[in-house]
Amino acid sequence: MKIKVIVTLKNGVLDPQGKAIQQTLNGMGFSSVNGVRQGKFFEVDVNEKDEAKAKIKVEDMCKKLLANLVIENFEIL
Amino acid sequence: MKSAVIIFPGSNCDRDMDVALKKFGFKNEMVWHDDEQLPKSDLIVLPGGFSYGDYLRCGSIAGKSKIIKSVIDFAKKGGLVLGICNGFQILTETGLLPGVLQQNKNIEFICKNVFVKVNNKNNKYFNSIDKDVLELHIAHNEGNYFCSGDELKMLEDNNLIAVSYCNEKGEVNENSNPNGALQNIAGIFNKEKNILGMMPHPERMIDKFLSGEDGSIFFKNLLNNLK
Repeated sequence: MKIKVIVTLKNGVLDPQGKAIQQTLNGMGFSSVNGVRQGKFFEVDVNEKDEAKAKIKVEDMCKKLLANLVIENFEIL
Repeated sequence: MKSAVIIFPGSNCDRDMDVALKKFGFKNEMVWHDDEQLPKSDLIVLPGGFSYGDYLRCGSIAGKSKIIKSVIDFAKKGGLVLGICNGFQILTETGLLPGVLQQNKNIEFICKNVFVKVNNKNNKYFNSIDKDVLELHIAHNEGNYFCSGDELKMLEDNNLIAVSYCNEKGEVNENSNPNGALQNIAGIFNKEKNILGMMPHPERMIDKFLSGEDGSIFFKNLLNNLK
């Protein structure tokens, strides 16, 4: 079963890449862009048929490796 | 005195560190990341570089490698663990040191000499060092130290900010901050001060003709403190 995870920077954590993307978009004429936050997307293929059990395993993986909880939040989709 | 330098796939300052340690009298051994046992050592060094290609987050994969369990055990028993640059990133990813090293504020790889102020000499690394400001080298893309407000207060209250970016006179201000690091933090200790993580490379400043000698001062002093 494939479980999808999004990891994003917490609010208030500086995101220089997001800022650069926003400035570039503004420069390209997308003047309505107020901000961009860049994150990460994972698709984890777990050998598990029960979705709830798979998600519990992935949550553990997020806490231990996929996200750094000092600066990042994760969301299991 | 015996030291060991851990080599990860992608480490690139491991040999420089080996040369520096031997130059000042350490008996150094190189240890592969896939080993499980550390040799008997007085000092373990996690060197600079790009372990595992900086995949996922700098230091995150190395922080889960086989040898790291032994490094954590060694550190928790009070053994000296020094992490330079990527080694500092690995130490934060293992949780041995608080915080995280984020991308530099200006999104540029920075490679230059900097000055750092030694804030705390009450430890094995800087005890009786005769300089307050050291000129060292930095080369990193992710050196922008960040931690929570509580962690920063803990670091400040316990005087655990080991070195801060400063100017030649030792003044710590925004102009002397190369990468956006919180409070100009260049390196920190754990509470017991046996673990030191710092972005600047002392091993690159051990030859007065090639670079400078403030790294020599650091290593000579460290060896003396361990004798």
